[in-house]
Amino acid sequence: MSSFPLKIGTPDGLLFEGDAERVACRTITGDLAILAGHCNYCTAIGMGEAHVVLGDGTTRYAACIGGMLSVMNGTCRVLATTWEWKEDIDKNRAEDAKRRAEERLARQGLTDQEYANATAKLQRALVRLSVKQ
Amino acid sequence: MAANMKAVKLRIKSVQSTMQITKAMELVASSKLRRAKERSDQCRPYFRELHQTLVDIAEGNTDFSSVYAKTSSNERCCYVVIAGDRGLAGGYNSNLFKTLEAAAGDNRDYVVLPIGKKAVEYFQRRKVEILTEEFATVANISVADCFEIARLLCREYREGRFGHIELCYTEFVSMLSQRPEVYPMLPLTDLESAKEEASAVRDLILYEPDSSEVFDAIVPEYLGGFIYGGVCDAVASELAARRNAMEAATSNAEEMIEKLNLSYNRARQSSITTEITEIVAGAEGVG
Repeated sequence: MSSFPLKIGTPDGLLFEGDAERVACRTITGDLAILAGHCNYCTAIGMGEAHVVLGDGTTRYAACIGGMLSVMNGTCRVLATTWEWKEDIDKNRAEDAKRRAEERLARQGLTDQEYANATAKLQRALVRLSVKQ
Repeated sequence: MAANMKAVKLRIKSVQSTMQITKAMELVASSKLRRAKERSDQCRPYFRELHQTLVDIAEGNTDFSSVYAKTSSNERCCYVVIAGDRGLAGGYNSNLFKTLEAAAGDNRDYVVLPIGKKAVEYFQRRKVEILTEEFATVANISVADCFEIARLLCREYREGRFGHIELCYTEFVSMLSQRPEVYPMLPLTDLESAKEEASAVRDLILYEPDSSEVFDAIVPEYLGGFIYGGVCDAVASELAARRNAMEAATSNAEEMIEKLNLSYNRARQSSITTEITEIVAGAEGVG
């Protein structure tokens, strides 16, 4: 299969730069995969599992949350708020975060902001855990 | 003569203690700088890719249905100004403010979102309208804060409080040179004008589900990432500027001490000469 240049970046640095055969992630409207030869394209990334098939056929999984995906003249850029490779995810930390968020949501009298924060934390933790498993 | 000697000695002491302080500050700045530079280096590729992508999109965009994409009729500008928390960094802060003034020109009608204590002080003194002072300390700004700022900016932008958003910070070029810059951030048509001329054939882009929804989702992210990149660079620039300023101060102090030592020795020698002359004269008188 033909491959295309892919760059994956987050505010913590450029996590991947090289050729890939396929990159798949969840956008705000659903799952999507980019193959070589895609037309110019731009969409926003939602929350979910992503995977990249490298030039040599190996597949790497990751948790991907927020940001944008664009294809410009054959180069694909994934600029995510969070992109964690499966092997880098700390399972215990994610479970802790999940528990904390659930406890907070169970409490009464949260402000809208607190509620939104806790929900977002819970979602992030769930995404990480689902990728790790 | 003895009084002169004492005065010079006191002066040497005071210069020496000042030198100690500047030297300590230099060391502190350089150790902090190493960390800040690492962070800035790490963030830079993301920052650059983000900017490039948005410029590409701005150039190829033909759909102006989103509020973020169309040219704004509101001329009012909001500047996000990232300055330092402390002084004693050479011309770091004042150069940045000068660049901002130059960019704003005669137009005095603008809003600022200052990051860094010096920026807050400056705009309070000049009685410029400040959006929020919540993010006063640049050293404590995290990624989450930047996204918070971005959300705030987007909300105000949508409500039409201002029609342009620009980012003003000091770019870290190298250890020895930092350049204050003003970058347009919103609307996206401002990005396009940064290039000399758009190519005749526009590359069309497919947006999914549609352009305004994509822009609504990515613009806050983009602003947040962009501001974070600016903060990383600005912190590194501040420390580098301070290190250079302190290095210069230390070497000046060294030079001063050398000169003072020379005049101290001269004063000492001349007082000894006077004493000898007096003794010899006295001995001769007795003999």
